[in-house]
Amino acid sequence: MVAEPHVELRDVHMAFGDRVVFERLSCAFPRGKISVILGGSGSGKSTILRLIGGLVHPVSGRVLVAGQDVTRLSERQLFEVRKKLGMLFQGGALLDSMTVFENVAFPLREHTRHSPAEVARIVHARLESVGLKNVDDLLPGQLSGGMLKRAALARAIVLEPEILLCDEPFSGLDPVSVRTIEALFHDINARSAITMVVVSHHIASTMRFAEHVLLLLPDGPVQGTPDALRRSADPRVVAFLSEEYAASPPRLVPSGAAPAPAR
Amino acid sequence: MTAAVQELGWLALRFVVDLGAMTAFAGRLLLATLTPPVRLRLFVDEVFKLGVLSLVIICVSGLAVGMVLGLQGYNTLVRFGAEQSLGAVVGLSLIRELGPVLAGLLTTGRAGSATAAEIGTMVATEQLDGIRMMSVDPIDFVVKPRALGMIFVMPFLSALFIVCGLFGGYVVGVGFMGLDGGVYMSSLESAVVFEDDVVGSFLKALVFGVLVGLVATYRGYTAAPTSAGVSAATTSTVVVASVSILVFDYFITALWGV
Repeated sequence: MVAEPHVELRDVHMAFGDRVVFERLSCAFPRGKISVILGGSGSGKSTILRLIGGLVHPVSGRVLVAGQDVTRLSERQLFEVRKKLGMLFQGGALLDSMTVFENVAFPLREHTRHSPAEVARIVHARLESVGLKNVDDLLPGQLSGGMLKRAALARAIVLEPEILLCDEPFSGLDPVSVRTIEALFHDINARSAITMVVVSHHIASTMRFAEHVLLLLPDGPVQGTPDALRRSADPRVVAFLSEEYAASPPRLVPSGAAPAPAR
Repeated sequence: MTAAVQELGWLALRFVVDLGAMTAFAGRLLLATLTPPVRLRLFVDEVFKLGVLSLVIICVSGLAVGMVLGLQGYNTLVRFGAEQSLGAVVGLSLIRELGPVLAGLLTTGRAGSATAAEIGTMVATEQLDGIRMMSVDPIDFVVKPRALGMIFVMPFLSALFIVCGLFGGYVVGVGFMGLDGGVYMSSLESAVVFEDDVVGSFLKALVFGVLVGLVATYRGYTAAPTSAGVSAATTSTVVVASVSILVFDYFITALWGV
């Protein structure tokens, strides 16, 4: 098991109406490490992130974020917990009526009392840390896919959260951008000891940069370090990590191949 | 047969559930309105988008409706030799009925549908979830300025519609039909009672503003996160808001005597 979990799911049963996403799922994500959730389409990867953020509620079970069970909190209380969370959505989810600068400044303006000059300084520092310059006045619609993800990442980390949740940060990106984002994740993680939970279906990329992996397989999850999974004798794990498995399900993209369609 | 009855029951049940959810939504909106932050800048943005950008359609439609009223009114009144009352006929029908109702229907089509589509798209692109994850209530940040903006602009748009309509009636009655300008204006002035007709008209427009604002934001907010969901939300906004305006219009007229 995980030594010091920062985020933990216990016996979570999740369903949307009649469609069961998973039953009795238990897993944990270690503090200060980069964890990756890997699984095929429809295995409930993104749902785990939404459960952690309190955006959806499970049928039963507990979701512990920094020791607090988010399934029992009111929307007001959730707002307090979410101040410790940053979330990078699959499509970026930047507010498209605002410029990039205003988007990144948004959490600062809502939750801090910084002066406008201070806000501008922090926003520019964050944008620079994700490798973006001179994008202040652009609207999200004017950015390329990779830039959009990086701007969204800047917004997600602008309040220096304890936990960063990333939904498919590599989908729709070319291999070079994938490497750039990977390097950024390492960088952010090394600098601030942030706990990261990343949803991905890029197997090779995951094996490269994850410190902890949760494999969502049809008959139950498997978790461990990338090395442990690579050495695993479990036939399901071996099958999942092999090219064959990666190639057979229709929407699971083999490592390093063309970018996956966005959902 | 059983299936049809069952279906009817389901429809009725869905309607009640929907009405309850919308009431809860209105409650949250009211709470957000009463608590800070005020978000004045967003509100002003919305007043511009919903109100100022609707000016052309309101003016043109008001003028056209006024002209038709002038023509029809004149042709009917002249049969009884009562064409001097044209100002009263045009004025009262515009102020008491057509102004608020038609301005409400036009605003529903122009601004209500746009609001529903915009919020629905924000749902579909996870922008609302993004706002939630940044510990900001989307009801406060997204819904409030739009709903309040709609409520605020509706009486003004209705008033503008009426003024354009009165002018249209004047153009036809006086300009084309040869009625005396002073007769038109004095008939208008003596027929319209400010406290009764004008205030009532204002109240009607305010109620319609609440209806359109609430329906449009609610439908957008509860849209399914797909393009089909956004389109369904837009369509149902126009249908539900338009029908409610007409139904509420009857009840306001019957109960308040406006």
